[in-house]
Parts: sequence; C-alpha cells; structure tokens
Amino acid sequence: MTTETRPDARPSPAGATGTREVTATEERVGFFTDTSVCIGCKACEVACKEWNAIPEDGMELTGMSYDNSQGLGASTWRHVAFIEQSKPVVPKVPHSTDADDGPDVFALAAQGSGSSELRWLMSSDVCKHCTHAACLDVCPTGSLFRTEFGTVVVQEDICNGCGYCVPACPYGVIEQRPDDGRAFKCTLCYDRLGAGQTPACAKACPTESIQFGPLDELRERAAARVEELHRAGVPDARLYGHDPDDGVGGDGAFFLLLDEPEVYGLPPDPVVTTRDLPAMWKHAGAAALTLLGGIAAAFAAGRTPGHHRPGRSLPR
Amino acid sequence: MTEPPHDDNDRPRDGERGGPPYEERGGPRNEERGGPPKDEHGGPQRGAHGGPPRDEQRDGGRHARRDGGRRRRKRRGEQTVVPEPEFTSYYGKPILNTPGWKPLNIGGYFFLGGLAGAGSVLAAGARLTGRPVTARAMKISATVSIAGSAAALIHDLGRPARFGNMLRVLKPTSPMSVGSWLLAAYGPLSGIAAASDVTGLLPRTGDAATCGAALLGPAVATYTAVLAADTAVPAWHDGYRELPFVFAGSATAAAAGTALMTGPLRENSPARYAALFGTALETAARHRMESRLGMVAETYRTGTAGRLMRSAEALTVGGALTAAVAGGRSRLLAAVSGAALVAGSVCTRLGVFHAGRAAMADPKYTVVPQRERLRAREEAAYGRQRRSDVAPS
Repeated sequence: MTTETRPDARPSPAGATGTREVTATEERVGFFTDTSVCIGCKACEVACKEWNAIPEDGMELTGMSYDNSQGLGASTWRHVAFIEQSKPVVPKVPHSTDADDGPDVFALAAQGSGSSELRWLMSSDVCKHCTHAACLDVCPTGSLFRTEFGTVVVQEDICNGCGYCVPACPYGVIEQRPDDGRAFKCTLCYDRLGAGQTPACAKACPTESIQFGPLDELRERAAARVEELHRAGVPDARLYGHDPDDGVGGDGAFFLLLDEPEVYGLPPDPVVTTRDLPAMWKHAGAAALTLLGGIAAAFAAGRTPGHHRPGRSLPR
Repeated sequence: MTEPPHDDNDRPRDGERGGPPYEERGGPRNEERGGPPKDEHGGPQRGAHGGPPRDEQRDGGRHARRDGGRRRRKRRGEQTVVPEPEFTSYYGKPILNTPGWKPLNIGGYFFLGGLAGAGSVLAAGARLTGRPVTARAMKISATVSIAGSAAALIHDLGRPARFGNMLRVLKPTSPMSVGSWLLAAYGPLSGIAAASDVTGLLPRTGDAATCGAALLGPAVATYTAVLAADTAVPAWHDGYRELPFVFAGSATAAAAGTALMTGPLRENSPARYAALFGTALETAARHRMESRLGMVAETYRTGTAGRLMRSAEALTVGGALTAAVAGGRSRLLAAVSGAALVAGSVCTRLGVFHAGRAAMADPKYTVVPQRERLRAREEAAYGRQRRSDVAPS
C-alpha cells in the first residue's frame, strides 16, 4: 500500500477553485464491468441490496425485457439493463447496421431456436466514481467526499438533502430517497474496502462480468479484452469511461459495451459541469455589475424628486 | 406539467416490434399514470403521435433506431417543421435523475433572491437621491424577500433541521455553498438597513448596512443562475453564459415593479427607467440564450415552461411599457405595471425551473447534443488527419 497516488494527478477541471480532496493513500480501485459476459442474473443487484441494507425500491413490472429496477437511484445502486435487439452477437457481415427492425419475439418463439438472430444485451450499471465528480464538487455541506481509495462516498450524517448533487451527476446515478430526503448512491462498498474485501456486487458476480481491482490493472485488462473480442469478430465491442482524457477525467467504474452507450442508457459524452464553473462565475459577475450599473444609470437618468409635472408621461 | 413526460406512456411500445401492444399483455400504465387512453397508445405504432410512418423514420444512418433503445415520437397532433432528431435511448428512460425540488420552493427561491438583491440596489439609490418612501419600501421588501428566499430553500431541503450544515464548509466549487454564505452576509445587512429605517435608530449604521446590502445585492440576484447552470441539465448548463443576465434583468424588473407599486409618483422616475432596463436585459439575454441552445431551446418553448416564458415576456414587456408611458402620471397605472413586472419575474423563474425539469425528463436533450459534440470532434480529428496525410513528409 501507501502509494502516493491521488485519484488523478492532473489539475482539477475546476482549476484553482478545486475542492480540497483527500489525498489517496491507497491505490485507486474501481470496477471494470465486461458486459459481454453478463448473463443478467442480477446477483449483483441482490448482493448490493443485501450488503448495504438498501430499502425496497418499488415493485413494478415494466415490460422492459427483464428489467424491473429501471435505473440507478437512491435505492438501486446496481442496475442490470436488458436490451433486446435483432442483431446477432457475431454479425455474419461485420458492421451490418441495417437489421434494425425490432425482433418479433413471438414469431421467433414459434419458429424455435436455430434461425434466431435475436441478441440480448445485459449490462450491470453502477456509480462511475468519476475522477472529476460533479456531485462531490457541488455538494454544499461536504457530505460527499473522496475516499483514500479514490472513490466518491456520501456521508449520510452530514447530508442535509439539498438535492444539488442529483442534477449535477451527468450519469443520473445519485438520487434523493423520497421518504428520507437525503441523497444516496453506491459507496463501492467503502466498509468492505476498509477491511480488504471485494465489493459485494463483484464478489457475487458468477461470470466475472464485474471485475474489481486497482484501476490501472483493470484498464490494461479491459484493453486486452476488447482486442480479443475484435479479433473474434465482435467489432461493436468498445470501452466506455476508461479514458482519463474524457469529460469526467475517466471513470473509476468503466465498461465494455457491445453497442452505443445511449442504448444502455448511458450518456455518450458526459462532461463534469464544474469544468465550466470559472466561466459561469465570470458571467455571473459581469451580470451583477450590469445590474448595478443599469440601476445606477436609471437613477442618473431619473428626474430629481419633487419636480413631478403631471402632464408629462414619458421619462425624460 | 399538465402532461406527464410521454416517455412513460410510450416506453413499452412492443406493438412496434410485432408483438401485441404492451397494454394487452397486462401492462399497468397509461390510465394510472394519467396518460392518454389505451387506444391512442397501445394501438399499432403508426401515426399515434403524429409522426411519419415507420419506414420513413428509418434512415439507416448511424443513429438508426435500435431495439431496446427507442426513438421518441412527437407528441400527438403536434407538427413541427424541424424533424425529430434521430437518437437512441434505453426504453425512453431519462439519463439524468431529477431532484426532489419543488417548483414553488426553487422558483420562489430564485425569484425572491432576485427581488431582494436588486431591491437593495434600488433602496440605496433611493436613499442617496432623496427618495425616502421608496428607500424604506425597498429595504423592507428586500428583507422580507430574502427571509422568504431562505425559508423556501430550507423548506425544500430533505432534512431542513440540518440547514446549518450549509455553513459547515465554504466550497467555491459549490454555488449552493457560496450562495449560503452570501445569504448569511447579505440577510443581516438587509435586515439592519430596514430596521434602522423603520425605527430611526442608529441611522449611520443603517446607511452603512444599506450600502453593504446594495453591494452584495447584485451577487445575490445573479448567483442563482450559476446554481442552475452548474448542473448536467442541458437547458441550464448550456445557457450558463446568458442565464445570469436573464436573472439580473428579471431581478431588476421585479424590484423596479415593487418600487412602482410602493413609491409615490414623484419618486418613481428611476424605477421606470430600471423597469425598462431590466426588461430589455432579460428579453435580450433570453432570446440570445434560446438561439444558442439549439434543439435544447425547445424546453423553454414547449409545455409548462413555454407557457410560463411566454407569459413572462408579455407581463414584463407590457409592464415596462405601461410604466414608461403612464407610470409617471397615474398612481394606479404605476401600481398595475409594477404588479405585472413582479408577476413577469415570477413566471421567468418558474419557467426556467420547468425548462430544466423538462430537460431532465427526456433523454433526447442529453443524447442529441452530446452526439453532435462527438461527431464534430470526430470530424475535426478526421480533418486534421487528412491534412497531415496530404502534407508532404
């Protein structure tokens, strides 16, 4: 242990206004979720719920394939997405994108297997633990903080439920729990990390779709895996959130996807909003001075009181 | 919102995929959610939302629609010249999460902060130019407003009892933290100014507080724009250059309106100028913002936000013109125009809030601009590569 590494040695995008971040004393860890081997068992969802004692999040049958948890939120910290496509996993003609019609699952079922071209994408989504985390930046109380593992965690005893982190997150991860008011999200099992344990979801994953480890190591492993898939004739395989030069400085939890990110409900080009904060303050400063100057000018232009002449309507 | 975001309603459009419509398989949704009745939705895809037939919608382009990710449809019966952009999403689910912010709390917080901040500047101006009635009224209005603004903010917290945690740290990266400290400094100054004026006690302290409040006031009026812009909400973030000016103009108009309602005719000339200035600033900034927002500007033009923004413009422009033409002649018309200006400012703030809500509720506003950004970047990279290929080695 005791490598020096900050989550990222680059200057914070918030520049000089960057919030004081705890220097990582441990190696930065994260998740690599390889969706090509996800079987949609939802063991991660269950393990997360169990370990973190997350309350029930509504019981709803959505008709969205096998997905009934619908998305990440205050009480869903792992979410398995299910996407049905009429596209073979290994296309006969690589990169054929014209097979767009929705699969007629009932006709396919009647036909039996064999000629099926249905592909079923599954992906376990989670908090990205961004290098430049907007939720952490905008939190007014300091409830959200950067841990020694480079992860982002909410301190529930500090959070006053202002909800500002919710619209700040470009991925739609963190959320307020309606009955509680405070914001909740994945902690990357901060308690387990402290005890040298693997986070619950990765521990429970039966196919190693969710891989936990030091981020650098995971990035190497992911690059090798995507190469392997390309060689095997899966040209759609791509990494998402692995690049330290992306809009959030790279994700602590990144993914191997088999289609465009938005198909999985992920933003295609997320950017940490605080990157523009210095410019925002400048514009607000200019607007404040405009207000001051405009009202001063109004007084300069206004007639001196007591000289009101009833016949006159327009200001001079 | 009078209508729920229709993603909820047309999300499970299995009918499009040849299977029976979702509702026929016992799906619970539409009526329960207050959506349109089944036959408008659950029926076969075509034209249900006024969109073109499906074959025409497929363009085989790189954003051709895929299953699992549904392309959105136009609202029923709505026709626009601009075609719906192609984009994919996960069952039409929003990408961003929506905070539990209540429109009246947050819209009210924006409005009251603006009314207070700009009002303090008017109060100081009135004090310095010998307009005592206006000065007193504006000091009182600023104090009441800022108290109301703080109350709205606290009321909106998930844990109001922990409001004190706002002052636990000072974080320049958090506009809400900066704003809390700003309110903590401005509120007492505003209160002292008003109390001194009303009681006649400590006049020098009162004047100093009046000036202090006037200096902090413009920041109180505009920081809320940064608060909104410093989010991932496209309707707010992408307008970060103009939104502070919209808020500054709206705040000035609201404060001028209050001055017109409370001040006597012989004192209200600056308020009329200020009303014109605020209205011009707000209107110009808003139009500039909408033209720069591209397709995201829809969020300011349609639905609840659209109605509010149109009302805001009518009320503000009408109020300012009435004030300019007749506000110096008729006490009644001055008060009416003032009330219109205040109402216009309320509508602007609520409109901005609802535009953000609409942008959060629809994945289109997240995906389409980001896709365009990516494509522009790819094209730029491709151009660079071609130039370097052409260049002799």
